[in-house]
Amino acid sequence: MATPMTQESQAQTAQIVMQAKQLSAFYGENRAVKDVNLDIERNCVTAFIGPSGCGKTTILRCFNRMHELVPSAHVKGQVLLDNENIYDPMIDPVQIRRRVGMVFQKPNPFPTMSIYDNAVAGLKLAGVRKRDVLDDLAEKSLRRAALWDEVKDRLYKASGASLSGGQQQRLCIARALAIEPEVLLMDEPCSALDPVATSKIEDLIQELQRDYTVIIVTHNMQQAARVSDYTAFFYLGELIEFGKTERIFEKPEKKATEDYITGKFG
Amino acid sequence: MKPKRFSLPPDSLFKWILATAGLFIVMIVGLMIAVMAIESWPVFQQFGLQFIYGGDWNPSENADRPPTFGALPFIYGTVVSSILALIIAVPLGLGTAIFLNELAPRFLRTPISFLVELLAAIPSVVYGMWGLFYLVPFLHDHIMPFLSDTLGFIPLFAPPIRGFSMFSAGVILAIMILPFITAVAREVLAAVPNSQREAALALSATKWDMIKKAVIPYGRSGIVGAVMLGWGRALGETMAVTMVIGNSHFIKTSLFQAGYTMASVIANEIREATYPLYVEALIAIGLLLFAVTFIVNGLARLLIIRMSKVSMGGQNE
Repeated sequence: MATPMTQESQAQTAQIVMQAKQLSAFYGENRAVKDVNLDIERNCVTAFIGPSGCGKTTILRCFNRMHELVPSAHVKGQVLLDNENIYDPMIDPVQIRRRVGMVFQKPNPFPTMSIYDNAVAGLKLAGVRKRDVLDDLAEKSLRRAALWDEVKDRLYKASGASLSGGQQQRLCIARALAIEPEVLLMDEPCSALDPVATSKIEDLIQELQRDYTVIIVTHNMQQAARVSDYTAFFYLGELIEFGKTERIFEKPEKKATEDYITGKFG
Repeated sequence: MKPKRFSLPPDSLFKWILATAGLFIVMIVGLMIAVMAIESWPVFQQFGLQFIYGGDWNPSENADRPPTFGALPFIYGTVVSSILALIIAVPLGLGTAIFLNELAPRFLRTPISFLVELLAAIPSVVYGMWGLFYLVPFLHDHIMPFLSDTLGFIPLFAPPIRGFSMFSAGVILAIMILPFITAVAREVLAAVPNSQREAALALSATKWDMIKKAVIPYGRSGIVGAVMLGWGRALGETMAVTMVIGNSHFIKTSLFQAGYTMASVIANEIREATYPLYVEALIAIGLLLFAVTFIVNGLARLLIIRMSKVSMGGQNE
């Protein structure tokens, strides 16, 4: 199931990397996500938007099996990753999370680890021990997260928690990228950051698109419009509308989408 | 409406009331040290540092031989029995805390933590009685022979074995400090933010990886605190230890021989102390016990400060 990453194959017709099929997510009896069907295209940025409590974060967490970690939470339906159902009982969620990385709402670097150790934490978990490999990938992922120049002089001395909020979030992105996931899930990655840090992360998302598939949850519609290729609008746990971002923002088909985008509710 | 004016603003009044309460505690500690230091002064005058490193404790008044006081056997007993207790209780306590907080199904958490905390509510003398009638014979008949058979080549486990021994004291102390270590460690683990656990899991950590790499490191200074709290209690515990340690004035290498602790010797001999120097020697032991506890706590603080410096390293650059 090696994924061809040559230029030719990328240029070919749209590839679907992840797919939700009749996906429902529950907290106890409460169904937070209702029968969602959704295709995620490879090397694109897909944004999930919708008012608070619409289930957009919950569905994101179904994509790397983080949802089930909440006590009493469970999932019905399927999520396919490269045509393989990640909820198959034979599948180990740990393996899925190696292939689908995640960045959280609040930056959560490991405070007892240095910047370097944060960056390679995932690699060490995956069993990479060779120092030169770790060094190499640490630098590579810190560069990709646009953090390298700011921290290269204090990689080993400074703790991950000693950075500013925006730097911490980029460190978390570097940490997620280091294990080379296919898909990167981002749960409102800028909601705890100031505008300057936010624009840095947004630029970064544009960059990442070349090598990764990004799914981003955001409550900020301008952000969705700026960074994403596709937008999915959720309301009350249902997928109301999904399509190319320009189309969703310019001529939404559903009344609810239009109302939300124009700020009539939300 | 104009704000009301007080000649004594309530805030500063409140501040002074609380400051007095704080001062009161400082004063009590100060007074205790002062009284113990003054009362035990003659002992240190007569024996000097010999009182601390001297191994001979012989209070009997004979015509041909003056009494001698050397507290080393008790210092040794206190330190060794409490460390033995830690060796047993720390893995058990941390293991229980991790199990309860990270792995146990919800319906088990409350009853098990309740049971563990119940251990702390049992009076010391009851532990002592249980130790006397049950634990000591059990250890003597089953555990100690096994240990001395398998590990007897190490002097610490060398035969012969006695039921009333340092080993029994360590075991009973371990049981007694277990609830404190468990309860505090559990609080510490519960305070680790979930975002740390999710960070590890999202990086493809297994549950065990998560505990090892994210949860324990995050809570490590609190865990050290839990261990130190347990150690502090083990150092000062008196009644139960006195009932099982065998109360012998001599330092023996083997843990299966009787020992004595500072707290036990004070409790046992304060009533027999028939002349001033004897009483003063016991008070001096009290002062030493205080000092040992103080040093242990100081080291713990130092350790915690050092660790938090490492984790925040580079922030002040």
